[in-house]
Amino acid sequence: MQFTGRRRKLTVHPQNELYGHCLQLYGQPPLENISLSEFETFAVERLKLLKTVENLGVSFVKMSEQYSKKLHAEISGLNFPFRPEVVRECSTGPSEYEKRRKDHISHFILRLAYCQTEDLRRWFIQQEMDLFRHRFTDLLPKYKTEFLHRNNLKYDTVRLYWKRLMLISTFALVQVPFQDALDLVRTRKVFLQGGYAYIPHQDIVTIVLNDFRTRLSKALALTARSLPAVQSDERLQPLLNHLSHAYVGQDYSIQKNIGKVSLEQIDALSAKSFPLCMRQLHKALRDSHHLRHGGRMQYGLFLKGIGLTLEQALQFWRSEFIRGKVDADKFDKAYAYSIRHMFGKEGKRTDYTPYSCMKVILSNPPSQGDYHGCPFRHSDPELLKQKLQSYKLSPSGIIQILDLVKGMHYQLACQKYFELTHNIEDAGFSLNHPNQYFMESQKLLSGGKDIKKEVEMPQKVQENAAANGASVQPQPNTTQAEEEMGDLDSYFLDE
Amino acid sequence: MSTSDYDPACLPDLLPLYYRRLFPFSQYYRWLSYGGVTKNYFLNREFSFTLKDDIYVRYQSFSTQNELEKEMQKMNPYKIDIGAVYSHRPSQHNTVKSGTFQALEKELVFDIDMTDYDDVRSCCSAADICSKCWTLMTIAIRILDRALRDDFGFQHLLWVYSGRRGVHCWVCDEAARKLSVAARSAVAEYLSLVKGGEETVKKVVLSDPIHPFISQSLSVVERYFPQYALVGQDLLSSKESVDKVLSLLPEDILCHSLHDLLNLYQTEKNPLKRWDKLKAVVHHKRATSKKGGQYFEKEIMLQYCYPRLDVNVSKGVNHLLKSPFSVHPKTGRISVPIDLRNLDKFDPFEVPTISLICEELDKPRAGEEEEDDTKDKENETDPGERRKIRDYKRTSLAKYIKMFDQFLDAMARSRKGEMLKKSDLQKEF
Repeated sequence: MQFTGRRRKLTVHPQNELYGHCLQLYGQPPLENISLSEFETFAVERLKLLKTVENLGVSFVKMSEQYSKKLHAEISGLNFPFRPEVVRECSTGPSEYEKRRKDHISHFILRLAYCQTEDLRRWFIQQEMDLFRHRFTDLLPKYKTEFLHRNNLKYDTVRLYWKRLMLISTFALVQVPFQDALDLVRTRKVFLQGGYAYIPHQDIVTIVLNDFRTRLSKALALTARSLPAVQSDERLQPLLNHLSHAYVGQDYSIQKNIGKVSLEQIDALSAKSFPLCMRQLHKALRDSHHLRHGGRMQYGLFLKGIGLTLEQALQFWRSEFIRGKVDADKFDKAYAYSIRHMFGKEGKRTDYTPYSCMKVILSNPPSQGDYHGCPFRHSDPELLKQKLQSYKLSPSGIIQILDLVKGMHYQLACQKYFELTHNIEDAGFSLNHPNQYFMESQKLLSGGKDIKKEVEMPQKVQENAAANGASVQPQPNTTQAEEEMGDLDSYFLDE
Repeated sequence: MSTSDYDPACLPDLLPLYYRRLFPFSQYYRWLSYGGVTKNYFLNREFSFTLKDDIYVRYQSFSTQNELEKEMQKMNPYKIDIGAVYSHRPSQHNTVKSGTFQALEKELVFDIDMTDYDDVRSCCSAADICSKCWTLMTIAIRILDRALRDDFGFQHLLWVYSGRRGVHCWVCDEAARKLSVAARSAVAEYLSLVKGGEETVKKVVLSDPIHPFISQSLSVVERYFPQYALVGQDLLSSKESVDKVLSLLPEDILCHSLHDLLNLYQTEKNPLKRWDKLKAVVHHKRATSKKGGQYFEKEIMLQYCYPRLDVNVSKGVNHLLKSPFSVHPKTGRISVPIDLRNLDKFDPFEVPTISLICEELDKPRAGEEEEDDTKDKENETDPGERRKIRDYKRTSLAKYIKMFDQFLDAMARSRKGEMLKKSDLQKEF
C-alpha cells in the first residue's frame, strides 16, 4: 500500500495497518480520543457527503458518468479518501491517512445519530450503501481483490459451463447461496444451479453490498441499545439530535399551525399552496369521494402536517367518504381507525410523520386506481402535460418542467411548478418535502415574513446549548462547540 | 364414477363424516411438525377456517394432533387455509405485546390459477376448465418443478390440485421455509416471464442473452405447443385468433408481411403447417426490420403457454393458502397431491369428490376383513383404531394419502441425513 512518505505530523503509526486500504467495512469502532470540535466537524462533513449522495441519487441515474463525476468531486472536496493509486505527495491538506481516519470516525459518529428510528436507519443504510458502491466500483481490480482478502470475504471461485455445452465463462466465477444475490436473481442476471448463484467477478460488488447492508443493519440495531448511555452525555446529545433532524431539514411532525387551517379553506389552498401531488390527491378525493390506502396515507399525513387536528381530519374524511359509497357506520368502523392511527392514537401509537419527497418518489409506486406518488415521477408525461395545461401554466414553463422530468429531476420539476404557480423567478429554497412546499407557499402569499425565526429545530439546539453553558463547568471545548453549533444550520439550509 | 353427483347442499352432512373418518390427521400432523426439530413449530402455526355461511375465522392454532382433530370435528370447516409459523401461539396473538407477534417461517408457495390465462385460452374462461386447457397446468408444473429443483436446489415439493381450476406448490425444504419476503419475491420474479395486465398486448419480451432458465422453459413449451395450442386451442384456425397472434409481431414486420400472411390464411388450412409458414414469412421479413423481433416465435409460444403465477401469493410469509386435503365447496373435490411421475395422465375430473369417498366408506370390499385381522395381530392395533386406519384405505382417497406418505418419508430421510452430517462434523458417536 502506498502512503505518502513525508508528513507534517511526526506521529508514528502503529495503526497504519488499521487504515491500510482506502475502503473499509467499518467493522471495528475507533478507539482513540478526539476533541469535540473534531467530533462535530467530522460528523457534519460526512453528513454533507451523504446528503449529496442522496440528492445525486434522485437527480441522476446511479453509477452513470455524471453521477460518478459529481460524487467524486464531493468526496475529494470534503477530504474523504478515494482512489488509493492517486495518493500524491501533498504539501497542503490532510494526508491519506488522515482522510481514512476521518472516514472511519465520521461513519461511527453518524451511526449514533441515525440508529434511533426505523426511518433514520433506513436512510443512513441507503446512503452509506450508495457511497460504498461508488467507491468500490471505482477501485482498480487489484485493490478490489485486496479489499476482499483484507475483509475475509472469500467466496468460492469456480469455473462453470452451461448445460448443453454453452460456456458461461472462462474467467473465475464466484459461487454464493442464491439468498445472497437476490438482486441478480430477481432480474435473471445470474446463472443458478442447485441453489447457488454463479457471479462473474465484475458483479461481485452486488454481493459485497449485500454483506455491507446486513452488517450495518445489525450494527445499528446494537448501537441503538447502547444509545441511552451516549445520549446522557450533555455535550453530545444536542449535536446528535441536530444531526438526525438535519437529514430532512425538518420532518414537519411538529406543527405550529395546529388548528389554524379550517376545512373550508382546503379547496382553495389545494390550488394555491399544495404541491402537485397533494392537489391531485385532493381532486381525486373530491371527485370519487374515496381514496385508496396509499393515497389516504400520503394525503392524510400531509394534512396533519399543515395543521389539521384529529377532529378536523375525521370530519374531513368522513364527510367526503359519506358522499360516496361509504355509509357513516362503515366509515366509523373501517376508516376512522386508520385516521386515528395516523395521529398516533391507536396501535403502536407512533406519531407518523408526513412523507418527504424522497419517500413519495421512491417507495410504493401507484398502480391502477391509485392517485398517490409523485406526478412528476409516476404520471405519464402526456397526461402530466395536459394537467399542467389545464392549470393554465405557460407553455414555456411546461416545457421546462417536462425537460426536468425527462432528466429525472422530479423535485426540481416540482420547484419549477412552484415558481410558475406563484409567479416568481426563483423559489429560494430546495424542495424536499410537500409540507415544506406548503409552508413556503403560505409564507410567500402572506407577505414573506422571515420564517427562519419560526423554525423549531435551531431554537431547540440553542436552548440546549444555553442550558449546557449554564449547567456545565465552562470548558474551552464546550464554548467552542456552542459557537460552532450556531453555525451548523448554515451547513444545511443551502443545498 | 368420480363425481358421484356432488351437491354443495350436502356439504353439511358430508363434512362431519369426512373429518371423522377420512381426513388424514396423523399424516397432516406429521407434515406440519417437520420431525419436531424446531420446538413449538406446530403449536405456533396459524390455520384459518371458513365455516358455514361464510364465517371466516383466523389465528386458529393447536398444540397437539388431538386438539386439531377435535376442533375440526367440532367446527366442520368448509375450507381450511394454512398460514405461517409465528413467534407465539396465533390463538393468543391478542395477548402479545404489540409488534412482537410476528410471522417467522412458512413454506414457499405458488398458486397457478387458470383464470390468469383467460386471454390465451379459447376453450374455456373464468372458473371453467377442460382437458384441453389443463395442459397449461401440466406445462406450468413441469417448468416450475424443474426450476425449483435444479436452479434453486429445493428438494421437497408438494404439488396439489386446488380443487377447481388450478394447482398449488408447497416447497417444504427448511431453507425454503426460512426465506425472507425479499427472497420469496426474488424467486417469484425469477420465475415470471409473462408481464402486464389488461392494457398490455405483448406480454413476453425476450432479449439477448437468453438466460438458460428461459431456454429450458422453452424446450418444455415447445414440446406441448403444437398439440396444445395449434390443434387444441385452434390458435391459427379462425381469422380472429390469427389476428391475435399477429398482434404480437413487431409493427413493421407485420406491415410488410400482411399480404403474405393473408395469403397464407387462405391457402393453408392445416394449423401446424400454418404455424410453420407463418414463421417462415416472418423470418424472411426480419432481415429488413429495424427492431429485430428475433425471438418472436418464442415470445408467442411463451405468451400462450408459459406459467402465470401470482407473485403476491408467494411473497408474503404470512400469506394464507388453501390446505392440501381441504374440500372445495363448489366442486366437492378434495385437494389432493399430484403425482409428478404420471403428470401427463393426471385428470382433474377423476379427482375424488367428498360425496364419492363418503359413499365408498359404506361399501366393504371383499376379503378385507381377514386381511385386516392378520395385520392387526402383527401391528397390535385394536379394532377401533384399525377401523379408522382402514377407512380411507377403502376409498379413492387412499392412493393420494399414500403419495403424501411417500413425500413425508422423503423429508424424514432428508432430516436424518442432515443430523448425521451434523453429528459427523461435531465428531459425536
